[in-house]
Amino acid sequence: MNPYHRHVFVRVATILVYFFLYAPIVLLVLYSFNASRTNILFEGFITSFGPLKMQGSLVVQSPCGPFHWFCELAQNREVRLAARNTLTIAVISTLVSTIIGTMAALALQRYQFSIKNFAQASLYIPIIIPEIVMGIGILILFSQLFELLNNAFQLQGDARLSLGLGTVIVSHIAFSVPFVTLVVQARLQGFDKSYEEAAMDLGANEFVTFWRVTLPMILPGVLSGALLAFTLSLDDFVITFFTTGPGATTLPIYVYGLLRRIITPQVNALSTIWILVVIVAVLLLQQPQRRETR
Amino acid sequence: MLRHFRENKSWQGTLLVLPTLLWMVVLLIIPLLLTLVVSFGRRRADGGVIFTFSLDNYIRLLGLQPDCLNPFVCFDPLYINILWRSISLAFWTTVLVIVLGYPLAYFIARAHPHRRNTYLMLVLVPLWTNFVIRVYAWMMLLREQGVINNVLGWIAARLGIPFEPLQMLYTPGAVLVGMVYEFLPFMILPIYTSLEKIDLSLYEAAADLGANPVRTFLRVTLPLSAPGMVAGTILVFVPVMGTFIVADLLGGKQVVLVGNLIQNQFLSARDPTFGSAASLILMVLTLIVTYFYTRKFGFGKEIVAA
Amino acid sequence: MTEFAVELRDVVKTFRTPEGTLLNAVDHVTLQIRNGEFFSMLGSSGCGKTTSLRMIAGFEWPTQGEVFIAGKAMGHTPPFQRPVNTVFQNYALFQHMTVYQNIAFGLEMDRVPPAEIKRRVGEMLELVQLVGLERRYPRQLSGGQQQRVALARALVKMPKVLLLDEPLGALDLKLRKEMQLELKAIQQKVGITFVYVTHDQEEALTMSDRIAVMSKGKVMQIGAPVEIYERPSNRFVADFIGESNFLDGTVREVEGDYATVYVPALNAEIRGLNTGQVRRSESVVVSIRPEKVRLSSQTALQNNSFVGRVTKSTYIGADTHVYVDVRGYLFKVWEQNKISSLDPKAYYTIGQEVVVNLFPENTLILSGM
Repeated sequence: MNPYHRHVFVRVATILVYFFLYAPIVLLVLYSFNASRTNILFEGFITSFGPLKMQGSLVVQSPCGPFHWFCELAQNREVRLAARNTLTIAVISTLVSTIIGTMAALALQRYQFSIKNFAQASLYIPIIIPEIVMGIGILILFSQLFELLNNAFQLQGDARLSLGLGTVIVSHIAFSVPFVTLVVQARLQGFDKSYEEAAMDLGANEFVTFWRVTLPMILPGVLSGALLAFTLSLDDFVITFFTTGPGATTLPIYVYGLLRRIITPQVNALSTIWILVVIVAVLLLQQPQRRETR
Repeated sequence: MLRHFRENKSWQGTLLVLPTLLWMVVLLIIPLLLTLVVSFGRRRADGGVIFTFSLDNYIRLLGLQPDCLNPFVCFDPLYINILWRSISLAFWTTVLVIVLGYPLAYFIARAHPHRRNTYLMLVLVPLWTNFVIRVYAWMMLLREQGVINNVLGWIAARLGIPFEPLQMLYTPGAVLVGMVYEFLPFMILPIYTSLEKIDLSLYEAAADLGANPVRTFLRVTLPLSAPGMVAGTILVFVPVMGTFIVADLLGGKQVVLVGNLIQNQFLSARDPTFGSAASLILMVLTLIVTYFYTRKFGFGKEIVAA
Repeated sequence: MTEFAVELRDVVKTFRTPEGTLLNAVDHVTLQIRNGEFFSMLGSSGCGKTTSLRMIAGFEWPTQGEVFIAGKAMGHTPPFQRPVNTVFQNYALFQHMTVYQNIAFGLEMDRVPPAEIKRRVGEMLELVQLVGLERRYPRQLSGGQQQRVALARALVKMPKVLLLDEPLGALDLKLRKEMQLELKAIQQKVGITFVYVTHDQEEALTMSDRIAVMSKGKVMQIGAPVEIYERPSNRFVADFIGESNFLDGTVREVEGDYATVYVPALNAEIRGLNTGQVRRSESVVVSIRPEKVRLSSQTALQNNSFVGRVTKSTYIGADTHVYVDVRGYLFKVWEQNKISSLDPKAYYTIGQEVVVNLFPENTLILSGM
């Protein structure tokens, strides 16, 4: 009996589901090279390079050739700002949540202390509560807190506290930390304490033991936790939507705002770049796993 | 001092967990409590909050008016309908996602180990492609002048049939398709995780004991993959209940869900007290559902796997 | 320098069980381990041997009592400040370091100059016969090789005491026997005190200079292998190490090194060596090893000889295991097969009448408990 045998029904269903998953994505990418500005029909690729020439809504010739919409996107100052914000938020929130999440995972897995059960339970809140509930909760917290502080200290003008990059970063850390902690904790579960005892036995104190033995051994778990935090932050719409302020627009927020008004191939170009980045990230992620299975 | 610290494991643990706990308390627990407090408040004319204890918002949500509590006289099912629509949409999304996701997860779990990772990566790419971008893809497909209508029109023209573009965008169906598309990977991954753990020898044992493939599936595979489905259901049901952009972009004004209602109260209607009450109702509803669901089936570790 | 490498003085270690009750994993243990000796702690799982070892290593602290290493009270000294090193049961080799890096780790911690590290790691690799494998990672090694790396990593620091926690447990039988001899040879070569924890009595008897037999957190007996086997001080040790026939009885008479005991099960008196220092009318246990019981066709002794019937006889190659029923008591007798024969009658047959002879000098009278 072949253990890898799968029924024809399973195979057909699989192909259909993969088609369902990928057809929209392929289409998005295809349309990012569309010659038409209205982006209704696929009117073919922009084939010639040269100064911008239009026929009606069709782009016939462009300095960037087929990559016309990518060039237009790159010149869009709002997109550049949003991209910078998105990355800033993701990098900072990933760093902080990875560090404190790993610490918490170590504590929850290794130590006995009085508030342990409470801390562990609190990690499940973001999983079982809809994001929007968290989002408006944080919005209320910040708006009430800022109102209180602004009035108490008579802050005026630019000094007034308001929603912005800071509030978004702090909120992103809040929903990333539980995931990092749970991922690292899962990794630590299979981690035998005797490795650390061996290091101490050989003369390493607690700090050297952590740096030279514990951390390198749990690093794959920490890295996958960090990667998860990074993607969660990049992908987040709801929490950002409620905690962002002027000048702190992220890419998802920007795209959402755009889509409510117009549909433009620029969004397709942005999507194509995004998908490319995801594919590269996914391939990178596969590398360490491959080495491990060997 | 150092020695004292070294030997006090309880202190070390507390100190390590403290930053995370601080975040959880300040940004998750306190906001939830604040939401509760605000939901009992009254709206200030400028959109602020008057802190008091009033049940008005909850009375309105039930479809009554603060000055008219008789359901036979002034019952307005507007909000009840919105809640019901959200729950039934979440339910049907979950069902469809299981139906579509299970065969794929099964296919990957029973694939040759060398190829499993590749198939999994193929699930991850759509998952990690931005949420808003994925909604946009469906806008392009479903628009009146979108890809599907164009393809159908082209086929109709070939066959010589008159063709009216179908109104697909801004319908409940569009929202359902969008939700299924958004959350399908969240079901595939946990089901895969629990299927992959099943020892292949179990299938052989079942066959050896005389079970045919269908019975093997029903008696062995399905029960053993139940934890994955439970985890997947929570990962799908909870966010579908609260998502508002899918309904916003694919449903327009036609499909209003709790998420849209809440968002609206905070942005255009500027009544945070009513929004808070709606938000709490949403939270309680999802908690009730997940509580009964997990109490019946258990809360698997598979959640973390996704 | 004191005579003892390690000393445990009235050490107690109490753990809280999952049910919430308190358990003394180590219960008032006092023992001394001499310099340069190969000392084994032997017992079944849960007897406290590993906990004792971990308290010497510093991974656990005694609830009560004190651990001394080279004459110094250890108190709460952390493991990295103790002059001992450990070979772990699962080896605990650092998976992300090569063989060389693993062995060098301890020396790096002591800030040994790089040139000297190189020299000493090289010496160790030679000692454990791993030259040429220093750039491999642990997972690329066989179980036996990993075991040698673990040994080299601990030995390279030249500790005063080397602690070994069932290091051969994961190896197959043949490899284990080889490693037993090799470990003993290495110990004699380097002259370091070895404290060896095992549940395998044969292993302990083969390698050790002295053995501490432990049970339920207590030391039952400490002695050289021959003492432990030939002069067990109580019923537990006699039963745990090898096999024995036990008969309960009461002391009738004590004369010099011998005592006479009335055994109700046989309704007879048995004379034996008074190893337990028993007194008149004390309740005692008579113990005799199966291989030391002699069978004969006629009564050979004045006392201590009993007529019985063979109920079972199993040929197992070197020996025949014969079970003889004497007035309802079943004696185990291991008879060496000194004559080569194919005749089944040569190996005792069921129902055969035989005389069981318990020579007083082979029969031990242990205090009953």
